[in-house]
Amino acid sequence: MSNRIDVKKTYKLFINGAFPRTESGRTYEVKSSKGSFIANPCLASRKDLKDAVVAARAAQAGWNKATAYNKGQILYRIAEMLEGRRAQFVDEIMVVTGVTKTKADKEVTDSVDRLVWYAGWSDKISSLSGALNPVAGPYYNFTIPESMGVIAAIAPETPSLLGLIDVIAPIIVGGNTVVVLASTKAPLSAMSFAEVLATSDVPAGVVNILTGKKDEIAPWMASHMDIDGLDISGLAVKSHADIRTAGAENLKRIYSFKSADPGRILAFLENKTVWHPIGL
Amino acid sequence: MNFYGLVDGTEASLKKYLGALSGVDQVGADARAAMLATRSIKTTSKRWAIDTAITMVDLTTLEGADTPGKVKALCTKAVRPDPTDLTVPSVGAVCVYNDMVSIARTHLDLIGGQHVGVAAVSTAFPSGRASMAVKIQDTQDAIDAGASEIDMVIDRGAFLQGRYIEVFDEIVKIREICGTKAHLKVIFETGELVTYDNVRKASFLAMAAGAHFIKTSTGKVAPAATAPVVLVMLEAVRDFYSMTNVRIGVKPAGGIRNTKDAIKQLVLVNETAGPEWLTPSLFRIGASALLNDLLMQRMKMDDGYYASPQYVTID
Repeated sequence: MSNRIDVKKTYKLFINGAFPRTESGRTYEVKSSKGSFIANPCLASRKDLKDAVVAARAAQAGWNKATAYNKGQILYRIAEMLEGRRAQFVDEIMVVTGVTKTKADKEVTDSVDRLVWYAGWSDKISSLSGALNPVAGPYYNFTIPESMGVIAAIAPETPSLLGLIDVIAPIIVGGNTVVVLASTKAPLSAMSFAEVLATSDVPAGVVNILTGKKDEIAPWMASHMDIDGLDISGLAVKSHADIRTAGAENLKRIYSFKSADPGRILAFLENKTVWHPIGL
Repeated sequence: MNFYGLVDGTEASLKKYLGALSGVDQVGADARAAMLATRSIKTTSKRWAIDTAITMVDLTTLEGADTPGKVKALCTKAVRPDPTDLTVPSVGAVCVYNDMVSIARTHLDLIGGQHVGVAAVSTAFPSGRASMAVKIQDTQDAIDAGASEIDMVIDRGAFLQGRYIEVFDEIVKIREICGTKAHLKVIFETGELVTYDNVRKASFLAMAAGAHFIKTSTGKVAPAATAPVVLVMLEAVRDFYSMTNVRIGVKPAGGIRNTKDAIKQLVLVNETAGPEWLTPSLFRIGASALLNDLLMQRMKMDDGYYASPQYVTID
C-alpha cells in the first residue's frame, strides 16, 4: 500500500470572520526549534491592518451592545471549543517551540482556564469598577465603565497561545473589538485559534488576527487614527518609546502588561458618569 | 432635430441604426475590465486621481426620508468637502429629488457654491412608470426650480419589449424641455437590461436621441455600475465620437463606495474612451459614501498615517 501524501495546512489571516490571504501576497517561513521547515504563514502588510480595523470598527457597536451575560457566554464558548481541539494545539506548540508534551499540555490547559476566568469577569467588572457617587442633590450619580472602541494588540512571542489569549480576552470582554498581531516565530497556534473563534459564535470582526513582523506593523497600529488603544505587551521594550511617541499624536492609550489581572480589562474601558433623578 | 444624421426619427430608421450595431463580446468585456482593475496607481498619480475623482462626484441623497436640513448639509459638504482643508476641491454636483432642487440651489448660492450644479432625478424616478404627461411635468418642475442637470430614467419595460421608438421619443421630448437650461443624463438601470448587448444598444439609442450623458443606474437596483458595464458604455461613447465628432459623457452610479473603486473607474475611462474624458464635464460618479473615503485617503497621503471616519462629516 502506498504512503498517503500529507495534507498540509495553509495558514492565512483572520479578518472579519473570514480567512483571507494577505493582500500583499507575501509569506515567511516558520521553522521548528530544530530548524526544519514547518509552514508558510502570511506576512501581513499595513493594508491588511487597515482592512482589519475597518472590520473591527464595523463590529464594535454590535459587540458593545451585547449583554454582559451574552459576552461572558461567548467567551466561555471559546474555552469549550479550545478544549475540544486540545490535541491539535498541543502538537503545534510542541513542534514549533520544542517544549515537552507535558509543558505544551499545561499551556493549553492554562489557556482554557484563562478564557473561563476572563469570561467570568464579564458581568462583574462594572459592579467592581463602577460606583454610586455621593452628590449634593436629589440625584443618583453613577460611574459606569464603557468600552473604548477598537483596540490593537501585539501578542508576546511566547507562550504563543496563552499570551495571545491574555491580550485578546481582556480587550473583548469589555465590549471592545480587537486587531491582534500574533507571535512571529510561533503563529501556528494563533491561526488555529482563529478557527476556534470562527466556531464560537464570536461575531465577525470582533477578533481579527494577523501574522507578520512586529517592527513592520506596530508603528502603523500606533499612528492609525481609528485605533483607540494599543496593548504592546508583546513588543520588545526597546521599541516601546517610539511606539508611545507615534501614538501620542492621536491620544492613543498604550499599555504593556506582564501578568493576567483585571487591570488588563480596565485599561481599555472608559468611565462614563450618568445622573438620574431620585424619586421619579 | 436631425439626430446627428444617424436617424430621421422614424421607427424604421431607428431599427436600422440599432440593428447595425456590433454585438458585445461578454467574456472579452469581463476579462478586459478585470485586467484594467489590476492597475496599481501610486503616489502623485494617486493624489491626482483622488482630487479628480472628488471633482467628478455627484453627491447624492435619494431617500424617502430626505429633509431640507439634510439637503442643506449635503450642499455644504459638496462645496467644501473637508472644512479643515481648503485645498480639497468642490464636487461636480449634488443630486436630489425634484422637490429638493430649489432648496439645494438656494443654499448653494448662499454659501458660495455657484459653481456646483444641482442634478434632479426625473421622469418618475426610479421606476419610470408614469404617463408621458407626468414625466414632462416632472422635468419642467425641476428645471423651473433651478436644476442644471436632469437625470431621467428610461422605460425599461418598453426597451426590453423592443419598443425602442417609444424610449427614443421619450428622450427626445425630455431633451427638448431641457433645451439649453439643463444637461440631460439618461439612466438605463443596467441591472435590469440584463445583457451587455442591451447596454450598448441603449447607449447608442440615448446618444442619438440627444443625451449629454449616459448613466448606468438609479442606485436602487443591484447590480449597478459594474466595471464591464461601464466599459461597454465607454466604448459606446468612444465609437459615437468617431461617428459624429461629439463627445457624450458617462456617469456610473451605485456601488462605487471606496477610493479603490473610483480609481479603477478612472483607469477604465483613460484606457477606453481616452484622457479627454477625464473631466467632470464628461465623467461623473454618482455616490454618497465614496466622498468620505476619498477624503480619508487624501488625509492618509498628506499625514502618512491612516485616517479615521471620526474626522470626516457624517452624511
